[in-house]
Amino acid sequence: MYAQLVKSEGTKTREEMTPEELAFQERIDRGEKIEPKEWMPEGYRKTLIRQIGQHAHSEIVGQLPEGNWITRAPTLERKAILLAKVQDEAGHGLYLYSAAETLGVSRDELMELLHAGKMKYSSIFNYPTLTWADMGAVGWLVDGAAIMNQVPLQRTSYGPYSRAMIRICKEESFHQRQGYAIMMKMAQGTPAQKRMAQDALNRLWYPALMMFGPSDKDSVHSAQSMAWKIKMNTNDELRQKFVDQTVPQAEYLGLTVPDPNLKWNEEKGGYDFSEPDWSEFYDVLAGNGPCNKDRLGARVKAWEDGAWFREGLMAHAEKAAARRAQAAE
Amino acid sequence: MPSLPDMNTPEVADLARREADAHPAHPTVPQPDAGQEALFETLLRIGDSTLILGHRVSEWCGHSPALEEDIALANVALDLIGQTQLWLGLAGEVEGQGRSADDLAYLRDAWDFRNLLICERPNGDFGHTLMRQFLFDAWHHELLKGLAASSDPRVAEIAAKAGKEVAYHLERSSDLVVRLGDGTEESHRRMQEALDALWPYTGEMFLGDDKDADMAARGIAPDPASLRAGWDETLRHVLTEATLQIPEGDFAHKGGKQGIHTEHLGYILAEMQFLQRAYPGASW
Ligand SMILES: [Fe+2]
Ligand SMILES: [Fe+2]
Ligand SMILES: [Fe+2]
Repeated sequence: MYAQLVKSEGTKTREEMTPEELAFQERIDRGEKIEPKEWMPEGYRKTLIRQIGQHAHSEIVGQLPEGNWITRAPTLERKAILLAKVQDEAGHGLYLYSAAETLGVSRDELMELLHAGKMKYSSIFNYPTLTWADMGAVGWLVDGAAIMNQVPLQRTSYGPYSRAMIRICKEESFHQRQGYAIMMKMAQGTPAQKRMAQDALNRLWYPALMMFGPSDKDSVHSAQSMAWKIKMNTNDELRQKFVDQTVPQAEYLGLTVPDPNLKWNEEKGGYDFSEPDWSEFYDVLAGNGPCNKDRLGARVKAWEDGAWFREGLMAHAEKAAARRAQAAE
Repeated sequence: MPSLPDMNTPEVADLARREADAHPAHPTVPQPDAGQEALFETLLRIGDSTLILGHRVSEWCGHSPALEEDIALANVALDLIGQTQLWLGLAGEVEGQGRSADDLAYLRDAWDFRNLLICERPNGDFGHTLMRQFLFDAWHHELLKGLAASSDPRVAEIAAKAGKEVAYHLERSSDLVVRLGDGTEESHRRMQEALDALWPYTGEMFLGDDKDADMAARGIAPDPASLRAGWDETLRHVLTEATLQIPEGDFAHKGGKQGIHTEHLGYILAEMQFLQRAYPGASW
């Protein structure tokens, strides 16, 4: 998930397409995968770079809210599980940057765009993790929402992206189960633990709903992406699916979803629910979420503080190559 | 200057007596089963070292200079925490007072920790963290080789498992020390500074006390001094290739193995133990 507002071009009708574009669209319609060396419209390439880049950035910025609790994890086992999870997220970032590289943009270029504030990551990671229950709620809700979006993306038209999604989805569903296991412990725990669990759900519910992006009626970029099979479902479809899946899980935990309007709608076979506060969403995207400055600041600091390290490795590689060349003479 | 009056006036002595009578003695601190003190202590020394270093390394999560390093450091931290579960688990078993690995990790205060001081040193820059890891790995590797031949099969088994992981840690940290030592001028300077700063914390690895002597006599653990030759050899090899200078001084800060720590450990524990302390008896 994590690609909430990816700009793309307007959709062309078949009549407006060049023969190349038409042939390309037909391949996609037949369900063929597009591979890196093959011809693709510039718009397709650019939109994919933005989307995969946003997704990759989300994985690495996403290390931070959970990293926040690694040193305070309550048992050795929980510490190990959380460490392994955050490590997986870094791995996801790596696969996704590699997928983006096949489109002709390097990881360093993408990172610099992130650091300059020219590329986004998911709004969800600009919310703080305030108690241990947030480690449960993030796995359950955030990884849960991510899976909702990423499972269909396993069938996306771009080969390297689709393959990255297949690897990533396996791990994400593991993360979601681990998160839910933490919630279960808390919900069945002491009164203080129950309070933490409910508080985490209260704070993260609407930000999780925002992960799917604005409502379809306000989402201007979807049509072309859907025609290209870069986006497989509309934002509202996925959000509805997420709510329908998550509400019974909350009930099973004995927790209350913080929405007085939540009601099963027999006719549509899904829940009616309140929209998140979209003005808050746009505020967060504009950089005014509770943690935007801290999150981006931490990534920029890591990058800048690490410059000497990366340069050192590069210099050594050059020296070693020169020595090898000299030895070969 | 007038002399200080005797503090122990009759009133004060009387007060102390009444206080003592009014309150029952504090519950006793658990004591290991007879004859097991030295083994218990030795297991704490190893398990606390892996715990505290694992904790330090995990502080980097999401903040390291490259994604590959985030992944690699998380890996090292995970191995160390996994080893901690085994060492402290066995320590609890040996102690025979029903304490689990988690009880030992989360419910002891600093003076009962037995880790080497080098493990609690702050991370510093990434070079400092890597140098600390290399110096530790080189020792850890020798230690586990010795422990794998332990007369206590439980110890030998854990050491064999951990040894495989640590061989990889050492390979990785050696490689990075070489590349950064022999990299740019700046990376060389940073690595040399880290080595110089950490050097006085390496001597403690090889200092033995009567508990170590007992363990060595019973063939359970190697004599700490015996690990020095192998460690020196690794250092000579790696640091030469890294074009780094081995410091001359042989002054060693010590005390960690006996529970006398630096100021840093208290803060590590305050953070690490927060939930267990704030919500006693809760299950997570
Ligand atoms: Fe993801
Ligand atoms: Fe992920
Ligand atoms: Fe995840």
